[in-house]
Order: sequence, then C-alpha cells, then structure tokens
Amino acid sequence: MAKPTFDTPEYREFPSPPAIEEGAMEHLETYIAKPEHQEALGWAGELEEGWEQRAVDKLGDLLGKNKALRVYLDSCVKCGACTDKCHYFIGTRDPKNMPVARQDLLRSVYRRYFTLSGKLFPDLVGAKDMNKEVLDDWYKYYHQCSECRRCSVFCPYGIDTAEITMAARDIMNHIGMGQKYTNEILGKVHKIGNNLGLPGPALMDTMEGLEEDVFDDDGVAVKFPVDMHGADVLLVTPSADFFAEPHVDGLIGYGKVFHQAGISWTVSSYASEAANFALFAGSTEQMHKVARRIRKVAQEFGVKRIIFGECGHAWRVAYSFLNTLAGPFDFLDPKYPVPQHILEFTHDLINRGALALDPSANDDKVVTFHDSCNVARASRMGTKPGGQFDIPRAVIRAVVNNYVDMDPETTHEKTFCCGGGGGLLTDDLLELRVKGALPRMEALHEVVQSHGVTHMAAICAICKTQFAKVLPYYGMQMDMITSVHHLVGDAIILGGKE
Amino acid sequence: MDVVITYAYAGMFYLAGLILLAGLAWKVSRFAFTPAPLKIPVTPAPVTWVGVPVRLGKEIIFFASLFKSNKWIWLFAALFHAALLLVLIRHLRYIIEPVPYWLTLAQPFGVYAGFAMLAGLAGLWARRFIVDRVRYITGVSDHLMLLLLVLIGFSGLMMKFVSRTDVIQVKAFFQGLIYFQIQPLPTDIPLLVHLSLVITLMIVFPFSKLLHAPGIVFMPSRYQVDNAREKRYIVRWVAKMMQQMDEKDDAAAQKAAEKA
Repeated sequence: MAKPTFDTPEYREFPSPPAIEEGAMEHLETYIAKPEHQEALGWAGELEEGWEQRAVDKLGDLLGKNKALRVYLDSCVKCGACTDKCHYFIGTRDPKNMPVARQDLLRSVYRRYFTLSGKLFPDLVGAKDMNKEVLDDWYKYYHQCSECRRCSVFCPYGIDTAEITMAARDIMNHIGMGQKYTNEILGKVHKIGNNLGLPGPALMDTMEGLEEDVFDDDGVAVKFPVDMHGADVLLVTPSADFFAEPHVDGLIGYGKVFHQAGISWTVSSYASEAANFALFAGSTEQMHKVARRIRKVAQEFGVKRIIFGECGHAWRVAYSFLNTLAGPFDFLDPKYPVPQHILEFTHDLINRGALALDPSANDDKVVTFHDSCNVARASRMGTKPGGQFDIPRAVIRAVVNNYVDMDPETTHEKTFCCGGGGGLLTDDLLELRVKGALPRMEALHEVVQSHGVTHMAAICAICKTQFAKVLPYYGMQMDMITSVHHLVGDAIILGGKE
Repeated sequence: MDVVITYAYAGMFYLAGLILLAGLAWKVSRFAFTPAPLKIPVTPAPVTWVGVPVRLGKEIIFFASLFKSNKWIWLFAALFHAALLLVLIRHLRYIIEPVPYWLTLAQPFGVYAGFAMLAGLAGLWARRFIVDRVRYITGVSDHLMLLLLVLIGFSGLMMKFVSRTDVIQVKAFFQGLIYFQIQPLPTDIPLLVHLSLVITLMIVFPFSKLLHAPGIVFMPSRYQVDNAREKRYIVRWVAKMMQQMDEKDDAAAQKAAEKA
C-alpha cells in the first residue's frame, strides 16, 4: 500500500455531526476524460468556446425532460435536515459535501437563467452565472457524490441529490468535461462487452479455470458455461465476479446453486457486464444503449429468464429501468419476474427445500451484512416492500449460524454508501473513498468489538472492491469483506440433492 | 385619502391574487406535465397506487421523514405549520358570513396559534444562526422570508392585543372584494402594514421556495409506485429517443456485417 498523503479519519466517540471545514476537499479533482473517450460516446471532446451557453441550454433541455430535476430545484427550503446525512460530509467535513450545498451548486445556475427571482435579484437568492469557477466546483463536488440517495430518505420532500448530480454530470459530459474513469469504462462496455475490458476468449478461460477449481475442491463437475445457446437462464453479473477477490467466490456460489437446482445457465461474452455506468453519467441515452445488449443476447440465446448477479447499481438499473429501456420482455417465461436477482433465485430455492445446506460450514465466521445503497433505496427484491433487506438476510441466516446486524441507524433504508459508489471507485479519488467510508467503518468496528464479527457480507461489486481497499486504513483486514454467495457456496453440500 | 387607500389596497389585492393564482397555475402545470423519464421511487415504496396517498399523507400531515431526520427542525417546523393552519382557518371569519359554528370553536385556538407560529419561526430562524451547517446554506432570501412571516404574525397579533382595528369593516372590505363592490377599508397603521406584508407574500409565493407546498406531491421519489418489473413504464420522449438510437445502431451494424 502506497503511503497515503491524507489522514484516515478517527472513529468518533459519539457519531455526532462534525463541525464544517470550508474547502477541506477543494483540492480533490478526479481525472478528466480524454477527448477520444468523450467523442466515442457522442459528447464534446473538451471545453470549447461558448461552453457556458451550451451548458445552460443543456440544463434547459433536461428541465423539460425530467420532472424530478425541475421539482427538486424549485422546492428546497434549506431546512438543513440533510446536512449531516451524507457519508462524504461526515468523513470530509467539507460543507459543499452537504447534500443541500451540493444541490445549490446547480440550483444557483438554474435560478440565474430559469427563474424570475434569479434574473432580477441574483444576489438575494444566490443565483450565479455559469462560469469556469462554477464549473470547477461542479466538477469537483459532483464527483464527490456517490448518488446513494441517503439524503433523500431524510428530506421532508424526498429531494434526491443523486438526480441533481446526474444532471450536472450529464451537462458536463455534454460540454466536454466528463470523468475519465466512468467514460473510459463506458467505452470498454461498448467495444469489448464489459467494464474490465475482458475479451471473450479470456472469459472462457477464466470460467474453465473455475470449473477446475471447484472440481479440485469438491470433486463435483460444476459447470460455468459461456455463450451456451438454449440455456434456461442468462446470468448477467458484474465483470469483477470473473476474477477479482472476493467477488469470484460469489460467482462460484452462483454456479453451485444453479448446479444443485439443476437449472441450466450461461453468461454471455457479448453482454458480460451487469453494471451500467451510464447511470453514473446520468445519460438515459447511454443507459439504453448498454441495457439493449442484454435484450439482444437474451433473444439470441433463447433463454427463459434473466438473472442478475450481486451488483448494486446494476440491480437498480436492472430492476427499475431495464423494462423501460430494453423491454418489453414478453419473449421470456412469464412465470418469473424480469429480471430476477440471484438472491431472489437462491432464496426461493431455499424456501422450497431445493438446496442441501450445512450452515456449520461457516461456523468459523460471525457475519454482518452491509445493505448496498442502490439495492436498499432504489430497488426491491421479492414481492413485498423491504424485500431487498429481508431476502439477503434470510439467505445469510440459512447458510450461517452466527449473524448480527449493525447499528440500525446505518442499515436498511438508512444504510451508508460504502464510499466508492456512483463512479467514484477510482484511485484518483482514494482520499474521498477512505474518508467517505467512515460511518460504515464505525458501525462495523462497533460490532467487531461487541460481537466479534469476522466478516461483512455484501451484494455489490463496488462495495466489495471498495471495502477490500479501505478496511486496512481503519485497522481491519481486507478479507473481512465477502460475497453473500460465497457464504452460500461454502454451505452447499454438493451432491446432497442428487 | 381614505378612499385612495381603500382603492389602492383593493387594486393591490386583485393584482397580488392574480399573480399568485397565475404564477401557481403556471408552476404547477410545469411540475405536473414535465415527464418523469424513469421509475425512481425511493424504496421501500408502495407497490400499488393505494399506498401512495398514505406515503404522501404521512409526509404532509406528520412530516414523517423530517421526524426521522432531525427532531429540532421537526418540532419548530411542525409548530409553525400547524399554527399557520389554525391561523388561516381563523381568518376565514373575515370572509365567510354568517360565521359557521365550527369556526367560532376555532377562534380561541386561532388566537394563541399566532404566538405558536412566531415561536416556531423563531426556532427555525435561530437554527440559521446557531448551527454552523445551516448557517452555511442560508441565503439572504431565506432570512427575508422568515422576516416577512414574522412581521405578518407580529402585526397580526398587534391588532388583536395592542391596537385593535374595526374588524366588522375589514370583513366588509374583503367581502366587497369578492363581489367586486369595494367597501371602505379602515386605515389603522397595523392593519395596513399587516395587509401590505400579506400582499407581498402572495406575490413572492410562486417565485420562491414556498413552492415546496405544491411541490411535495410532485416528487417522483415519493409519489411513484414501485412496480417497474410488473408494468412497463415508458414516456414519449424516451420511446422516441430509443427508437431513433436503435435504428441508427442497427443500420450501422448491418453496414458492418455487409463489409465483413
């Protein structure tokens, strides 16, 4: 680990809101996308003369197309309810990381150009001209928001800063000031099929390797099929699942579940990525383009159902937007929801007694569960509201004997983002990621102390990568973070139902 | 002079009423008719439309999310809004004739609500100075709005407890406004100040953060039903955008295939 140039925040004795420290994160600016990455996505390569007007025009365009943006910008009363709810504010103390202050960066421009009061009395209502200074603030602070929606839960009106961040990023992409990390990855998805740029042959190699690993460990021939036409299930999973730790153990878990259920499945090399980074950029157009690959593959392979692997933002796009952006899915088996989450699938099998499980296989662990932000606040599992909280916990409890929840102020709908969501999982934002992880690390540390928790399970590729990176900064082991399906995979008695 | 004042206030009330109604109609229609391109309810959310009025009702009546968020803001905000409601109800007696029985019951509460309203406002205003986070996000207009509301409450209470005005004549004036038969308005200073401030409030309403009042029912994060998988949600511009993109992509793909 390279020596950090910043201090990891101390655990707070009482998690009370910190005093503000103006400009605390002003120095942090994520890398700007290169012109070729911008242009490949149909956006301006870089800032060109007249960008101010183009930014204002784009804002006007979005106001006409997005009710949320319009209503959110008009309705905030600056009550202050959200000010201490953002993990990035808590960890950095920079007041521009308070949700309302972050919104105001865009709201001030909205007021200047689109409201009577802002046109007549700009100083009175905090209206500002679109200029480089404002744009620089946008670029910095709209890339210090992980679009996790926690502030929205606490807003008396439900104003969701994520929508404002997405709009600002959409505008910045439009005028040529996109973020390198997100836009480079979007380019890879279009060109190669997944975020990590893993080509088809390498994917097949990897999956064959997994078959060998499982056979060596368990003596059972569990298949990990790629591009198998005629399979029942198309599995769409984040590409990190194919080789990153601890993700890959989750993928092995999915494979074991499919194997024991006797349901044929496949991944696709063309749509080998569940995540849809266009969400981060707030681009409905790009989101459609990425989502459409999944529909194409499902039709081509003739599958009956689509199941998504453990991935938070992917599940938001899949659950909430896939039907809109790539539907209707009338060619799939109507018995199953489209799409289905791997946890819904496994949960259903457990309920029907279709899996032979031995939870004592995980007796060396005391497990807690991190609710991923986008699963918790932007999606559902099962048929009842809140299924996204209950189903993962039910699955964990079926495969683990020792389970404890963290402080309820930090779980379920009040869960804290891991600190790396929303397009911020890049090393140039490491300082932000470490600081933003503070509230989750505090809650985890507390159950480690009080209940001897050894593992935190998560259902999101970003959470897993982020925690593996930041846990050591807080004096904890990076391998504490695990996949829910790793726990499932370890508890399955292969051959037990055959 | 009195005649001039009467006609000036009548004119201002008509103008302010017009601005308020037209401004609100314009804003609310923009809120209502701007499409929401995607399903973005903050979950857990109702899975059928039946739960939506319940969810919104809890927010509008009890400020449920604010309660979750911050007990102090909730206390002052609830105090102010509930008191304002009572005060407004009490003021109906200056318009409705004869005064219905239920309204006479509200009378004593309405008077004390005036004090509660000021107390709530004072609490909310104090936070803007005391809490560093709230101080940071407070703009000039936020202070002015509080000042306006405090002055309205204060001038109103002045008339009740210090320098009373001829409420019978005030009522005649407002009823006259409704029937377009202008009646003389008493010219006591507290009354004229009170009415001027109310006129100001009516005018700024559609151009200010007071839009949170109609806005609260147009929040996609709260009013949308969580049923994206069960029912395909699609708005016109998204459908059109997707069709255009798909045609372009398919044409490009075909061209590439022919080349190969």
